[in-house]
This record gives sequence, C-alpha cells and structure tokens, in this order.
Amino acid sequence: MTDSTYEIKLDVFEGPLDLLLYLIRKNEVDIYDIPIALITRQYMEYIDAMKSLNLDLAGEYLVLAATLTHIKSRMLLPPSEEEEEEEEDPRQELVRQLLEYEAFKEAALGLDRMKILGRDVFSRDHIFDDSGEEGETLREIGIFELVEAFRRVTLGADQHDIMEIDVEKISLSERINDIVDELEKRGELTFSDLLGETGSRKRLIYTFLAILELMKLRIIRAYQAVPYGVIRIRLAEE
Amino acid sequence: MDNLKAVIEALVFVSDTPVTLAVMEKILEGVSRKEISSTLDELMGEYERRPGGVFLKEIAGGYQFRTGEALAPWILKLKGQKPMDLTPAAMETLAVVAYRQPVMKSEIEKVRGVDVSGILRGLMEKKLVRIMGRKNVPGRPIIYGTTGRFLEVFGLKALSDLPTLREFKELEE
Repeated sequence: MTDSTYEIKLDVFEGPLDLLLYLIRKNEVDIYDIPIALITRQYMEYIDAMKSLNLDLAGEYLVLAATLTHIKSRMLLPPSEEEEEEEEDPRQELVRQLLEYEAFKEAALGLDRMKILGRDVFSRDHIFDDSGEEGETLREIGIFELVEAFRRVTLGADQHDIMEIDVEKISLSERINDIVDELEKRGELTFSDLLGETGSRKRLIYTFLAILELMKLRIIRAYQAVPYGVIRIRLAEE
Repeated sequence: MDNLKAVIEALVFVSDTPVTLAVMEKILEGVSRKEISSTLDELMGEYERRPGGVFLKEIAGGYQFRTGEALAPWILKLKGQKPMDLTPAAMETLAVVAYRQPVMKSEIEKVRGVDVSGILRGLMEKKLVRIMGRKNVPGRPIIYGTTGRFLEVFGLKALSDLPTLREFKELEE
C-alpha cells in the first residue's frame, strides 16, 4: 500500500527519525505502543526504495534499521522469569528519542513562523566595515591554500635539522594562545609573520597546526588578494 | 532635555544595529535610563497606532526600526535580493542549538539522528550560531550557542523570549 507514496516523500525526510515519525503518524498508531513489526517492515520498504533509486542513503538510516530489527527481535523473546524487577520495554529509548525529535521539529516550525529578518521584515542594512586595503579585494581562503603555502615555506626551510633533538617544549594550546594574543594586539598577521622566523621545524609544524585549529574553530580567518599572494590572518568577528 | 523623544528616535533611525539602553544612556548624559525607556515605550506606541510601513521594535536587547508585515515583495525588489532562506534541516538544527545551548555537536546529532557538521558550519557562516568554548570533559568537545544576530534575525528581545519548547511527556512506567 505504500508503493505509490515513496517517490514523492523520499527527499522530504530530514533523517531516519523523521521517516519513522512519519510512518507512525501515517499509520495513526500510538507512539507509546508502536506496532514494531508493522513499522519496521514499512521502514525497510522505504530504505529499499531509496536504494533502488540510487539515492545517497545516509548511514544513519541503516543504523536505525538495525535498531528497529533489534527491538523487534527483543519483543519476540518471552519475558525472562528470573529477573525480579520489571524489564524495560525495548521500545522505550526509541520512543523517548522520537518524542524529543518531534518537539524540536515543532520548535523549528515555530521559528520558521516568526517574522524573519531579510524574509518577512527588514531593517537598515548592516554596513560592513571592509577593512581590506584599497585597491585589492581580499578573498577568504581555506585549508588547501594554507597547506600549499605551508609547503612552500617548508621547502624553503633548511633541512639541516633532521637529526635535531628537540629540547624545546612546545604545546599546541600554547601556540594557539600566542597567536590569538598577537592578533588581538596587532589586528592582522601575515602567514609569513607567523611562520617566517620560527626556528625549529617542530615549532613550524606546531604553529601551522595551531593556525589550522583556529581556522577550524572559526576564531581566525585567512584572506588572500591573489593566488600565491600574501596570506593575511585576522580574528573572525563575532 | 526637551527634545528627548526626537533625539532618541534619530539615534535608533541612523543605527544599523539595535541600539541598547546602555548606549543611549551614555550618549544622553544626565538622562536617566528610566526616562529613556519610557520615552521609547511612548515612541513604540506612536508607531503602533500610526500604523505605517515602519515600526519601532525591541530586538536583541536594544531598539530597532523594522518594516511592517507583508511588505517583503517590494523591498526585495528594491534590493534585488532573494529572501533569507533556511532549510528545514537548518531550522531543526538551529532549534536544538537555541533551546539546548550550550550544546555539543554530538548532542544535536543525537536529537536529529543525522550528522550536522555541514549544517552547523552553514549556520555559523550566517552568524546565527557560534562556538561558545569547549566543555570541560575528556576530549574537550566544542560547545555551540546562538549569537546576538540570531535574536536579531528572529526578532527576539532575548533568549527568554523564545516560545517554550513543548514538553515531551516522559514515559510513565
């Protein structure tokens, strides 16, 4: 009976919980007493349909499929008589998760109903303070450009320290703090400011790792005017 | 100050972000916060009664002029912009961050049942979500929260202004 309904609904689900919730609501069954065999079967049908359509099936769908099958098998087991205390319904954790998800799904719809700036209502535009130098527009760059730049720096670095025994103790979080402090003081640093005169190879690598970590955390951003140009690093604004 | 109302109205008018009472208090030396606040209330009432294309609203801990409802099509045409758009997946993720903050990525993923890395990045790019720090547990996971911009975009005075999350009934057993 579900055959005709797959195609239209497939891309509408926000994830496995959403699909499961949809099936429960569609079958109008009690969420506190899910007919697990029925719902599992229908869930599997959807999964198969997605597979046959070669849709990129997120791994999470399969995880929930396994969970459902597991619950189903546990429901088939006769209740153990040895245990004194009442056994927990195998569906309980899943039900809790579904209800929680549903509450947030509702909250999301609530947010969507608000008067959203830039969609329903408008205010004076933010005037972006573009502090880039005149004449050159800075483009934000990502990890790849940084790695490329790092490769160029290390190529230039002398190789004599291959056998060097590191006595210097460097920690990543220390380098991270140093870089942030320096940026707060100076506003902007170039990539070569940071890596240029850093001495040991180890220090070089830690500095680079610190930059990557800070970029990942979106604490700093890197900009470049032209490819292979000077890389400028700034603190990301709030 | 006999032109207090005019000064306050002008301050809010020229500002591109919500103007807080604290900022106005600093500018209007000698005028009490209470007086500023009641003047703003009066102004808000005037705009509500008018009612025109612009309203004075309390947003993100400050005051801001906002356009009225149902004017979006014309404004978007003027600006040549597409309306701000958040996908349902982004809205869900944002809802979890807003109601559960400070929250770890793994907690959001537990609620939504899917990976949220990409969506979280997108929300940070839109400046609706930010990193609040790291949680002091093994692995020091990053914790996320909403920004002031989030309040601005959703027209909220403060986080406490969010509608309450429907309490999901705990299982009785």
